[in-house]
Amino acid sequence: MADHRPVDSVDPNNLPEYGLLAQYEDVTSLKQACEQVRDAGYSKWDAHSPFPVHGIDAAIGIRPTRLPLLIFGAGATGTTVAVLMQWWMNAFDYPFLISGKPLWSLPANIPVAFELTVLFAALTGIFATLGRNLLPRHHHPLFNNERFARATDDKFFIAIEAKDGRYDATRTRELLESTGAVAVDSVPDDSKINASLPKPLVYFIVASFLAGFVPLGIAARAWFTKSAEPRIHLNPNMDFQQKFKTQSPNPLFADGRSMRPDIDGTVAEGWLRQDDAYYRGLDADANWLVGFPQQVEVSQGTMARGQERFDIYCSPCHGTAGYGDGPVARRAAELKQAKWVTPSSLHQDYLRTQPEGKLFNTISHGIRNMPGYGHAIPESDRWAIVMYIRALQRSQLATTSDVPDSERAKLR
Amino acid sequence: MSSAVASHEIDNTRDDPTRRAQLILGGQDFHTVTEMVAGIPEQERINRNWWFAFTLAVSLAGMFGLNIAYLFWEGTGIWGNNNPVGWGWPIVNFVFWVGIGHAGTLISAILFLLRQQWRTSINRFAEAMTIFAVVCALVFPGIHIGRPWLPYWMFPLPNQMSMWPNFRSPLLWDVFAVGTYGTVSALFWYYGLIPDLATIRDRAKTKIRKFAYGVFSLGWTGSARHWHRYERTYLILAALCTPLVLSVHSVVSFDFATAQLPGWHTTIFPPYFVAGAIFSGFAMVVTLAVPARAFFGLQNLITLRHLENMNKIILATGMMVGYAYSMEFFIAWYGANEYEGFTFFNRAFGPYAWAYWIMVSCNVISPQLFWFKKIRTTPWMMVIVCIFVNIGMWFERFVITVTSLHRDFLPSSWGYFSPTIFDIMLFVGSFGLFFTLFLLFLRWLPVVAIAEVKAGMPAAHGHHEEHGHEAEGAATHG
Ligand code: HEC
Repeated sequence: MADHRPVDSVDPNNLPEYGLLAQYEDVTSLKQACEQVRDAGYSKWDAHSPFPVHGIDAAIGIRPTRLPLLIFGAGATGTTVAVLMQWWMNAFDYPFLISGKPLWSLPANIPVAFELTVLFAALTGIFATLGRNLLPRHHHPLFNNERFARATDDKFFIAIEAKDGRYDATRTRELLESTGAVAVDSVPDDSKINASLPKPLVYFIVASFLAGFVPLGIAARAWFTKSAEPRIHLNPNMDFQQKFKTQSPNPLFADGRSMRPDIDGTVAEGWLRQDDAYYRGLDADANWLVGFPQQVEVSQGTMARGQERFDIYCSPCHGTAGYGDGPVARRAAELKQAKWVTPSSLHQDYLRTQPEGKLFNTISHGIRNMPGYGHAIPESDRWAIVMYIRALQRSQLATTSDVPDSERAKLR
Repeated sequence: MSSAVASHEIDNTRDDPTRRAQLILGGQDFHTVTEMVAGIPEQERINRNWWFAFTLAVSLAGMFGLNIAYLFWEGTGIWGNNNPVGWGWPIVNFVFWVGIGHAGTLISAILFLLRQQWRTSINRFAEAMTIFAVVCALVFPGIHIGRPWLPYWMFPLPNQMSMWPNFRSPLLWDVFAVGTYGTVSALFWYYGLIPDLATIRDRAKTKIRKFAYGVFSLGWTGSARHWHRYERTYLILAALCTPLVLSVHSVVSFDFATAQLPGWHTTIFPPYFVAGAIFSGFAMVVTLAVPARAFFGLQNLITLRHLENMNKIILATGMMVGYAYSMEFFIAWYGANEYEGFTFFNRAFGPYAWAYWIMVSCNVISPQLFWFKKIRTTPWMMVIVCIFVNIGMWFERFVITVTSLHRDFLPSSWGYFSPTIFDIMLFVGSFGLFFTLFLLFLRWLPVVAIAEVKAGMPAAHGHHEEHGHEAEGAATHG
């Protein structure tokens, strides 16, 4: 590394020993050697390889790291912080009332909670791993050994530190040599003279750290003091736009308004629909039409179509027989939905006598709590449904006189 | 690249069920892998083609910067955005770039969890692409906010109105999702780079190099104790990134799906967007990997098999996207909502039909060519298909955004969106930014994860017989 500045009593030519470094050619011999060093009882030693070697943990005796627990904790913290933050900001400190929804509802908080969980866990994972590995460090005695440069290329190493209680310069060397090392070197420990960061760099780091507080200080000052100055607005050119806004006056038009009203009698393309009977279910006097408009053919075919459409569009709520007991209604009853309005039974007297036009209108635009189906069901099908409802109503009131003579005998 | 490495193409795409397919070719040992990858940043003389590409990219990036400056001065009125299409190209470009930025983390994380060893040759590359794509993506919402000096209003910071952001808004979820994704992807990428930077540091000859790579490799020594923690965390990061990737484009899709606008308001959006993102991301990786591997002679590391695997993923995700397109139409019909029905009919047959059919032909039809092995395994052919896919995916976002908006509920507020020259320059300029970053990456950093490739080689598990197989593999190539 950079400059050699001798400090105090350390003599650069007579450095203390860092330890021994043994080189191996392949994975298998490295692992075997590790087992031997492990069994010899050393503790301050390490293997170095260009890639993670499978099974080396057991060969060295590395216990599983507890980092995963830490990362889990960080993730849980992220979730908690996110949920509390959202509650505090939107429901407590500045309640946000949006379309009468509850101030705080968990589902809306899930995305941010998830993201912060991942963010906290990932940041902790990376920085804790580096921290536990004592990185970054700008110096390591092993870097002084020339062979060691290949520890990141294609060679494998074991380094035993002199600090180890069992270390003995000759016996440790013998051990390493007996493990099939191709070379064993003694590595000097120059950390006393080379490990400290250069002074200018230290000053720079401290200075930039302190400088980081300046913007924060300015923001804090602005936050805690009052000012009569208008707020900073870098580019006001968007504040004055050459256009008429909806509610602004406009001298160009006689009525002085910039928003133009519809021209009387405007009809969208294809929406003229003048025939009141067919499109709106009204007769000439604007009363509900009784019977069917002339375009609708009262026939078995229309009736069948009506039944099919009724079963698709109406029966989920009203039931196939029209008693208001479709699957949706039954499910709602099961759930004891307090605000649920039961679909009307179509077999009530006022509905039996209701004009066809009114029924048509109910389908088109809905009624009270029932939504309209005009957007989904074309007029011809709506009339077919009305026809089928009439048949349904009749069927539930049938008397024996309705049954043809030939069949009557079979009853009872 | 040094002539020591054979750079001819070996066909390793044929399957032999009796043994595992070779991941890398050409009888490599650990040292030749180092040479091949670390050799690139060590080249003495910078290739002329690289300079040419770099100059072009930097000029486009400069144009990008100037356009943004003008935009800040003049306001968003310089774009084609106007009523009724208030969301135009900037959002289209944002979603396009974010989508591309999905393959990297997907390859790293999901394929890692699934123990797909083949990822090691391409993950570094794809991750870098991810980060640069996310950078480009983040620019667009950043410059779209109208008052670009107030972006901190998007963050939960105290501001002069004493108001907090609205956490019910998907646009805010987006800030968190894309922000987290960008941060975590960048760190994940850097984390993977540390051992490889150490490799280059240890081979460095000049002082500046020693210093620069020394600083960024953080003093890595390849210690087994360090590797132990490193690998553990890498696994956990992968497990965290997998749902993260899926969440990001889901959240991006919420920007549309939670709006009650026919054409946007559909529950299929999250999975559909994610499939589309993976689709476009892989297409971009292939588009970039094919020229880069030829240029730097990495054919033995990024082999045909890798490319073929990616093309298979493109084929699969392309069909998912096609399924989503047809499902949207089915639901529009089945849901019997006249507005939704109109929107989709109008999408396919209205004034933007041209865009819709470009999208369908590029995204649904063109990947079908990958059913042919010949096309799947011929570099220039796959690049053409992949470029079509990228075009198609840009159009997909255009179609979703613009066709849904240009027909308002009243015909009086119908409109037709046309981009201005600034829209176009910004979009083209974003490619300049992307390629500037990417070319710098190619030139100065290890483009393949050296340590990971080595760990996947037979010799890393104490096997030595692989050379015999290699000879056979090389012999069968046609
Ligand atoms: C979503 C459930 C639902 C569907 C589907 C539905 N209805 Fe109803 N309907 C209701 C409810 C609920 C009421 C009672 C509304 C109230 O009293 O507020 C009702 C009331 C009615 C009434 C009584 C109107 C009156 O004048 O009191 C008729 C007639 C009727 N529906 C016909 C139909 C027909 C025909 C269809 C098929 C096109 C249909 N409904 C589909 C829920 C439904």
